[in-house]
Amino acid sequence: MSRYIMVIDTKRCVGCMDCVVACKTENHVPEGFTRDWITETVHGRFPTTNLEIRTERCNHCANPPCVHCCPTGASHVHARGGVVLVTPEKCIGCKACLAACPYDARFVHPKGYADKCTFCIHRVENGLDPACVSVCPTRCMHFGDADDPQSGVSRLLAARPHHPLLPEAGTQPRIYYLT
Amino acid sequence: MGHLDETFAAPAILQEVKPAVLPRAVLVQNNRSFGWITDKVCSLIEGKTPAWWWVCFGVACFVASFTVAGITYLVSTGVGVWGHANPVNWAWDIVNFVFWIGIGHAGTLISAILCLLRQKWRTSINRAAEAMTIFAVVCAGIFPVFHVGRVWFAWYLFPIPNSNVIWQNFRSPLEWDVFAVSTYGTVSVLFWYVGLIPDLAVLRDRFYGAGNKLRSFLYGLFALGWRGSNRHWSNYEMAYLILAGISTPLVLSVHTIVSFDFAVSLLPGWHTTIFPPYFVAGAIFSGFGMVMTLMLPLRAIYHLEDLITQYHIDCMCKITLATGTIVGYAYAMEFFIAWYGANPNEGFAFINRAFGHYAWAYWIMITCNVITPQFFWFRKVRENTTLVWVLSIFVNVGMWFERFVIIVTSLARDFLPSSWGYYSPSIVEIFTFFGTFGVFSVLFLLFIRFLPIMPMAELKAVTAQADPHAGHDHH
Repeated sequence: MSRYIMVIDTKRCVGCMDCVVACKTENHVPEGFTRDWITETVHGRFPTTNLEIRTERCNHCANPPCVHCCPTGASHVHARGGVVLVTPEKCIGCKACLAACPYDARFVHPKGYADKCTFCIHRVENGLDPACVSVCPTRCMHFGDADDPQSGVSRLLAARPHHPLLPEAGTQPRIYYLT
Repeated sequence: MGHLDETFAAPAILQEVKPAVLPRAVLVQNNRSFGWITDKVCSLIEGKTPAWWWVCFGVACFVASFTVAGITYLVSTGVGVWGHANPVNWAWDIVNFVFWIGIGHAGTLISAILCLLRQKWRTSINRAAEAMTIFAVVCAGIFPVFHVGRVWFAWYLFPIPNSNVIWQNFRSPLEWDVFAVSTYGTVSVLFWYVGLIPDLAVLRDRFYGAGNKLRSFLYGLFALGWRGSNRHWSNYEMAYLILAGISTPLVLSVHTIVSFDFAVSLLPGWHTTIFPPYFVAGAIFSGFGMVMTLMLPLRAIYHLEDLITQYHIDCMCKITLATGTIVGYAYAMEFFIAWYGANPNEGFAFINRAFGHYAWAYWIMITCNVITPQFFWFRKVRENTTLVWVLSIFVNVGMWFERFVIIVTSLARDFLPSSWGYYSPSIVEIFTFFGTFGVFSVLFLLFIRFLPIMPMAELKAVTAQADPHAGHDHH
């Protein structure tokens, strides 16, 4: 079994949005929508503040509320790496997953189905990194198998302090931010 | 007799206490005869169609066309014509769905639960309330069907064997909705229809007597050969009782399951166990609000004061007061739960409701749903029919805003401040919703014109004449 995760080094991310452009190009994301985006959060109190820049997307949760609430099974967990995917042909467009996702990671594609990040599963299955990871100029993004203790992502998580987004939501997100 | 007197003698304690004798409310005033009741109810159908009906029907059809136009535009263009955008992807569509489903609650409550509780005052209003339920469910059904955006795939929600490899997810509350609402709609229609059968037979016979063969045939077709024999009445009573038994849990289940759409999600403001009883109470509250909104004008127009008495209005006001107070308690308890749960997201969601960008909607809701029903404590208010009617409209407005506040404010300010937004409806949404009042009115106007708005046999059963003791107080 593999368990794909993404590790993002917030100390290296400069918010250049190359990942956003790469994703839109690779996945033909329609105009006006994005599968990933940049968020800037200020922590602390003046004068000891710091700015965390994050590239965010679907967290491919291990306990995905979008999959649980999908009435037709269009939202599902892929056998490979536990990636959360949507089958457009099965999606009726009810938007229950959009309401359920605490990360607001989904949108309605102009063709009417729910769309979101796929971890570029089509690339991963061919031994490539997701498009966003492969273009990052500061190499702040890392993708790999958390079940392999020798993988780059496992070693990074072992070595550096990190946090997922909204752990209190109980969704067990699988994107980790190194701090 | 002496033996009987001894057997049924009142307990000694009662002779000591001498409790006040409470007179039973008169449910049909002026000691109206059976014939008068039949004539009165049938005359609403047999008479010439009044001018006001045509005017109302024309206006209702025009308003209903807005929904037809809105939906046509939606389907031909795409769901983007609605004002939805991240993070508010459920908005007026779901607000309107829950609003109409809530209104559809009172009919079956009056028919089923009040029937089992032997509340005889229900007889004057149950038929119209049941009709209102069905028409409200029709209006409610429009929104979830068309909000899906790919309405041509909506049938995937039904567990029909097909070649598309669809296996419905029975963990999804939307799937529960499909079964809850369709079951409720089906049973409500059956209940309504079974109750109509004896009255349809009366109309069949009267139109036959008047020489109107076509209408006699049509009413006869739907009267299913009713002849009023003992066997027919016996079967009818049993069928009615069984349907009342089946409907009673449905009254509670349908809105409970609708509330699960929200309660089982993670979203602050939705993720709360108080939703099922709170939603059911709110639905009964709004349902009775709509019953009064519809029945009070009908009472005045058709001069039905002998059949819908002040006692009936009193009872409806008291139920509205009780359920409105439960709803007010639920609003307060939500704040308490958010504070007691110590979840900062949850706490913020409720503070945001009361003081955030949508505070105007929250305070409209509080005014209409918490303050308005409290006026029903006062007898003078309950006896002022115009005021009761105005207050009932406030209840309807307030209950729409309740759903708006729950759905939109929670989504607009969810977990991540980076994705917060502000939702405004598009003109298409506004027109589509406005049009559903036309759809509802068209159906209700057709109902009052072509079907008996009160169950004649049941009304006769609550008259003094139907009392076997005929007013004599003997045992």
